Amino acid sequence: MYGLAMAKGMLVTLKNFAKKPFTVQYPEERVKQHPRFRGEEFVWYEERCTGCASCAKFCPLGIIKIVTSPSETAPLQGDKYRLEVFDIDISRCMFCGLCVEACPYDALFMGSGFEQSAYSRKGRVIDIDQLRQAEKLPSTYFRPQLESASYKPQEGQPLDWVDVGRESWRWHEREKAGMRLQPSDASPEAISIGSPDEGRGVVEPVNEEIEEAGTVSAEETT
Amino acid sequence: MPIRTEPMTINLGPQHPSTHGVFRLRVTFDGEEILEVEPIFGYLHRGTEKLAEERNYVQIVTLTDRLDYVSSMINNQAYCIGVEKLLGVEVPLRGQYLRTITAELQRIASHLMGIGFFMQDLGTLGTPLMYCFRTRERILDLFEMLCGARVTVSYMRPGGVFADAPEDFWPALARFMEDWETEFGEIEQLILENEIVLMRCRGVSPLPLETAINCSVSGPVLRASGLAWDWRKMDPYDAYDKVEFDVPTATNGDNYDRFWVRIQEIHQSARIIRQCVEQIEPGEVRLKLPLVLRAEPGAEAYGRVEASKGELAFYLVSDGGISPYRCKIRSPSQINLTVTEHLLVGWKLADMIVTLGSLDINMGEVDR
Repeated sequence: MYGLAMAKGMLVTLKNFAKKPFTVQYPEERVKQHPRFRGEEFVWYEERCTGCASCAKFCPLGIIKIVTSPSETAPLQGDKYRLEVFDIDISRCMFCGLCVEACPYDALFMGSGFEQSAYSRKGRVIDIDQLRQAEKLPSTYFRPQLESASYKPQEGQPLDWVDVGRESWRWHEREKAGMRLQPSDASPEAISIGSPDEGRGVVEPVNEEIEEAGTVSAEETT
Repeated sequence: MPIRTEPMTINLGPQHPSTHGVFRLRVTFDGEEILEVEPIFGYLHRGTEKLAEERNYVQIVTLTDRLDYVSSMINNQAYCIGVEKLLGVEVPLRGQYLRTITAELQRIASHLMGIGFFMQDLGTLGTPLMYCFRTRERILDLFEMLCGARVTVSYMRPGGVFADAPEDFWPALARFMEDWETEFGEIEQLILENEIVLMRCRGVSPLPLETAINCSVSGPVLRASGLAWDWRKMDPYDAYDKVEFDVPTATNGDNYDRFWVRIQEIHQSARIIRQCVEQIEPGEVRLKLPLVLRAEPGAEAYGRVEASKGELAFYLVSDGGISPYRCKIRSPSQINLTVTEHLLVGWKLADMIVTLGSLDINMGEVDR
C-alpha cells in the first residue's frame, strides 16, 4: 500500500526524536579514549634509550632524526650512545606506531594527545628537550606490560622510567656519559608495574634478555 | 513537432561533493538524456605501488591503510595474506580469527558508509547517513580499543596481528552485537521499503550479468547481477572456512539490487562475527618473524581477499631484498568504475549520481 512504508519510516524518526542525541559536542564533551590510543607527544624515556636509532630506521616516513656520538665510556660493554639530536617531525607523522614497535628497550611510547597545533611547520618538530620535558603518559600501544597492569594514560598518572619496561637493564644503574640520569627512586604516587627492583643490577648479555622478554628482535636492519 | 536539440557536454567534478572524492566525469547530454560518459580519474594518485618498492614489508602495511580508507582492515588483510604467501608461512589460529572478526567489522562499517552515501546521493538530507554513522562510530570505537586508531588502523602484520585484543574488547564487542540489531533494524525500517527509494532505484541502470563478467566487475556489484562470486567462499582465507555464511545475490543488477545486496551482506557479516567469537580460543596471535622480512629471490605471490567493494589483491614479487621488487594492487573500485559507461548511457541526469553512489567507489583506492 502506498504510504505505508513512509509511515514506518516516520515511526523510526519519532522513536529517535525522544532519544538522547548520539553526537558529542566536542570541545565541551569528549568521547572516552582507550589506553591503546596512538597519539601525539611521544613519551620518551631518556634513561632507557641507547641511541640505537631502531625507531628512525623503522619509521616508514623517515621523520625521526637521531644524531649520536660515542660516549666516553667503552661502547662495546653494552653502553649507550650519547644523543645529540632526537627530532620527531610530528606534522608528517601518521601515528602508525612502528617506531614504538621497533624499540627494543621500551624507551619510546606513543602518547595520548591529539589536539596540538602550531603556527609554522617548524613548530611541529619535537626536539630532544621537548621530549625530555613532555608529560610521561605512555600509551599502552604495543606494550603488554602496561596493559597487564591495566594502566590508563587518560587518568593522568605519569609513569617513571623504572615502571614502564619489561625488564630492567644493567646500564640503568650507572650514570652514563652525557646523560642526566635521575635517581631510580620512583615518586611515591607512581604506580609500580611488576616488581621493578627485581632483576636490576643483574649483569647478563643484552641479546638474551631481549629474547626472554618476548620481543621480536631486529635481526636485520636496513 | 520535435524540437531540435544540441548535445551539451557538462563536466562533473573533480571536486564535486557527490563524486565521492576527486573524480571527474565528462558527460554529454541530449536534453536530460546521457549520450556519452567519460570517467577521468587520477587526481588522487599517490604512487602507492612505487612507494611500496622502497619500504620494507612491515612498513607497507601503513600504506595499505590509505588505499580504501573506509575499509583499512581488509586492505591490511589482503596485503598480509600476500606477504604470507610470499614467505610461505601460516598465521596462528587466534590471529586468523582476530583478522576475520576485524575484517567483518570493517565490512559492516564500509557497507554502512556505502548505504549512507547512497541515500545521500538520492537526496535524503543526512538522516539515514547519520543512522549509518551512528553504528559505524561504534565499530571505529572498537577499533580504537583494539589497535589505537580509528581509521588508519595498521592492525595486521605479516604473520598475524600486532597484539591480542585487550580484555575489555570482548564485552564491548558483545554489547555492540546486541545493540547492532536494533540500530540496523531502524535503518532498514526507514529506507528498505520506502516508496521514493523504490521508485528512484528499481530498474534504473541495470547491469547485465554478461557485461559485468566481461568488465571483470566484482563484489556487491557483480553479486547484484546474479552471480554468487565471493572469494571468502571460493578460496577461503583466514578463518572463513570455519564459519558458515551465505552469499546474497540479486537478479536484476539495478541500483536497488546493489543497495539491497549490501544490506544483506551486513547481516551475513554479523553472522560470521558471532560464530568467530564463539569459536575463538586463546593462543598466539603473531608468528615470530624478524622485524625486517626477506623473501626468496624471484618469489611471487598473489594475495587475494574479498574486500567490501570487490576482489582486492596484492601481487608481490621479491628480488630477495628487504622490500618487494613489485607490488601491484588490483583495486576493486577502479575496475567497478569501468562499467560507468554501460550503466549511465541512455539514462537521465538525475539517475547519474544515484548510479555512481550505488557502485560505492572509493577514490583512494581507484587512484592509489
